[in-house]
Amino acid sequence: MTLMTFMGEQRSEIIKALTQHIHLVVFSVLLGILISIPAGIFLSRHKAFAAPVLAAVGVIQTIPGLVMLGLALILLGTGTQTALAVLAVYSILPILRNTYTGITEVDSGILEAGRGIGMTRRQMLFNVQLPLATTSIVSGIRISTVYIVSWATLAGLIGAGGLGDLIWTGLATYNTNYILAGALPSAVLAFLFSGVIGLFERLLTPRGLKGGRA
Amino acid sequence: MITFKNVSKSYGSKKILKDLTFSIRAGEFVVLIGPSGCGKTTTLKTINRLIEPDSGEISIDGMNIRSRNPVELRRSIGYVIQQIGLFPNMTVEQNIAVVPKLLKTSKEQWKQIVQEMLELVGMPYEENAHKYPSELSGGQQQRIGVLRALAASPPIVLMDEPFGALDPITRDSLQDEVKKLQKRLKKTIGFVTHDMEEALRLADTIVFMNEGEIVQMASPEEMLRNPASDLIRDFMGRHTNPHSEQPELFAEDLMRTRVLKVPYSLHTLECVDRMNRREVNSVIVLNEDDTFMGTVTLDTVRERGKAGREIGELVGNDVPAIDRRMPAQEAFDLLLSSTANYLVVLNTDQTVAGIVTKTSMAKAMGEALWGAVLS
Amino acid sequence: MSVLLPLIGEHLLIVLIATAVAVILGLVLGVTAYWLRPAASIIIWFAEALQTIPSLALLALLMIIFGLGNTTIIVGLVLYALLPIVRNTHTGLSTVSPAIRDAARGMGMSRLQRLLKVELPLAFPLVFSGIKISVVNSLSIAVMGVLIGAGGLGYPIYRGIQTQNFAGIMRGAIPVMLMAILFDIVMSNIEKRLVKRAK
Repeated sequence: MTLMTFMGEQRSEIIKALTQHIHLVVFSVLLGILISIPAGIFLSRHKAFAAPVLAAVGVIQTIPGLVMLGLALILLGTGTQTALAVLAVYSILPILRNTYTGITEVDSGILEAGRGIGMTRRQMLFNVQLPLATTSIVSGIRISTVYIVSWATLAGLIGAGGLGDLIWTGLATYNTNYILAGALPSAVLAFLFSGVIGLFERLLTPRGLKGGRA
Repeated sequence: MITFKNVSKSYGSKKILKDLTFSIRAGEFVVLIGPSGCGKTTTLKTINRLIEPDSGEISIDGMNIRSRNPVELRRSIGYVIQQIGLFPNMTVEQNIAVVPKLLKTSKEQWKQIVQEMLELVGMPYEENAHKYPSELSGGQQQRIGVLRALAASPPIVLMDEPFGALDPITRDSLQDEVKKLQKRLKKTIGFVTHDMEEALRLADTIVFMNEGEIVQMASPEEMLRNPASDLIRDFMGRHTNPHSEQPELFAEDLMRTRVLKVPYSLHTLECVDRMNRREVNSVIVLNEDDTFMGTVTLDTVRERGKAGREIGELVGNDVPAIDRRMPAQEAFDLLLSSTANYLVVLNTDQTVAGIVTKTSMAKAMGEALWGAVLS
Repeated sequence: MSVLLPLIGEHLLIVLIATAVAVILGLVLGVTAYWLRPAASIIIWFAEALQTIPSLALLALLMIIFGLGNTTIIVGLVLYALLPIVRNTHTGLSTVSPAIRDAARGMGMSRLQRLLKVELPLAFPLVFSGIKISVVNSLSIAVMGVLIGAGGLGYPIYRGIQTQNFAGIMRGAIPVMLMAILFDIVMSNIEKRLVKRAK
């Protein structure tokens, strides 16, 4: 059976898996953003915490995805919520780190000038530091999202569905069509997410930072 | 009026400011100067409470600044720093309008302010208001930095080595502009520099500091005439006592140091290219160990040069080379009698220190005679 | 432990072989990108694209070609490891100061001599940092090898998941993480020394 006819036959199953996959990615990354951006802002204002927290989150990042899912499976049981929790945890590091460095890398001369002309810390944060950190933050979100599209293929393992399910079935039954039907859309999905967020990255970069003379 | 009363500040065991007492009159241009680490910048930053003294009292128009909210205090005092610190995510207009906006000025009002400000420094609104800092030259950026400090019409402006990072020509014109603005707008200015020429040029009063103390506080003329210590005399360097004994000058005092030097192995064509780019018609050629080999003129290359050959092959020695400690008068005579129109000045290790041309010599002698032009 | 040791060895061996291949391939691609400027964006785009493909998808696709076993995971790891090495090689070479490059040219060095004697040594600290990133990532990704019939520490982990055995998972996971952290620390230290020496 050719891939095309296979995909035609299994259309509804593939679309279902794809929808599940997108859900997993979008919600876990949103959750990750909700946690990491405020946390990054907090760390930038309490720098004593920054090194230990970033190191700890870094260690979590070295836990292989399979291990993380396995542990979550035992601790939290099967299902979509478990997968979301694990994926959200994975999405934290790049966004957190980029938020923190984006804010703290703002040139000290700019900070001194801001303070010297009477901006409060909050005004500095919202009018200067966060706008200047936007590119870095969005880039962190892009990196996270690409990771999460990848890790979400493992979610099938704990019964959360997604395109991984198809690859899984393919691997178990040595069925090339199933493998391709899961692998190709997941790769395309990763490219799409990366491309679209990359576009946002460019759009959101403050014009004054784009370099080059007008 | 700004008054310092017994102001002290230490970091750990190091005393940065020692019991400072002095005052700055309204409308006065006061320049704080001294060797690095003397406390001049710290003194400046205590005025807008970026640094809090350990003891003593600073008041503005009789009111202790401790009793004021630091953020509001700073909005009433302009602040310009060496790193400029324009907000790169904001346009020129937004940068200038930052403080007026913080002070909740209406949109028409701050637009008006931006227009007036840009006019002050001769940067047309239409052309500049919507540019970003990255699209401006360093000098233009610092102009905007100054305008940002002036925008909310603060009676006091603090400037921390504002022109330190600019090239000499830009620095000159910005000094002029700032002096003019100060006179016109009647601002009280506190200005930190380590450049005596800048201090002499701008100040109504110079405050010379060393190790956290004021060594002398005087007008530029008074300081030139009666420097209170040897350190100040050193700082003044050639500006002091232009009428006393003849200064002793050497070849090194006459030379300029920015000259085109090339290794002997450079290809002739590339050499010509560099000469063209620097608009010079003669070049100094160096041996492998950077010592002086000789000179080559553009004409020689044109006559005898072959593409692909090394420039070292064309070197001549018709330009005299002299030691940097040769007395100025000898160098002067040599230059006038030589057919070459410059002299090469060598360090003791035979590397090239610079060249003496008629122009560089005239400039050095003028400075020695009359001091740097103070205008 | 006696059961684990061979698995640790196999895991390391897989990662080291993959890294060695990736370093050679990465250097070649990085240098090509540096020498052929028009090719640079294509090469780096290609390496980025490889890393964007979800790992399970890439491994499954490779399995179709290479079958079950260690070869597939090694190929997969190589493809994943390329990006940091290629990118850092290219950046390292491109940021050698023009003055040094000119000096080397002025001394009459050929392009290859310049590369081997001047540019690559100067770029090496950055290249090494790319290799470090690759090794640490590979140690973690190699766990997935078990899904395509390869050996290594993925096996006890997968068994643990299937039998819902917490301790079982940890037996495989802890050595993986310890190795990742250890390599990161040791290689970061070497990297710091390299950078210091380059100054």
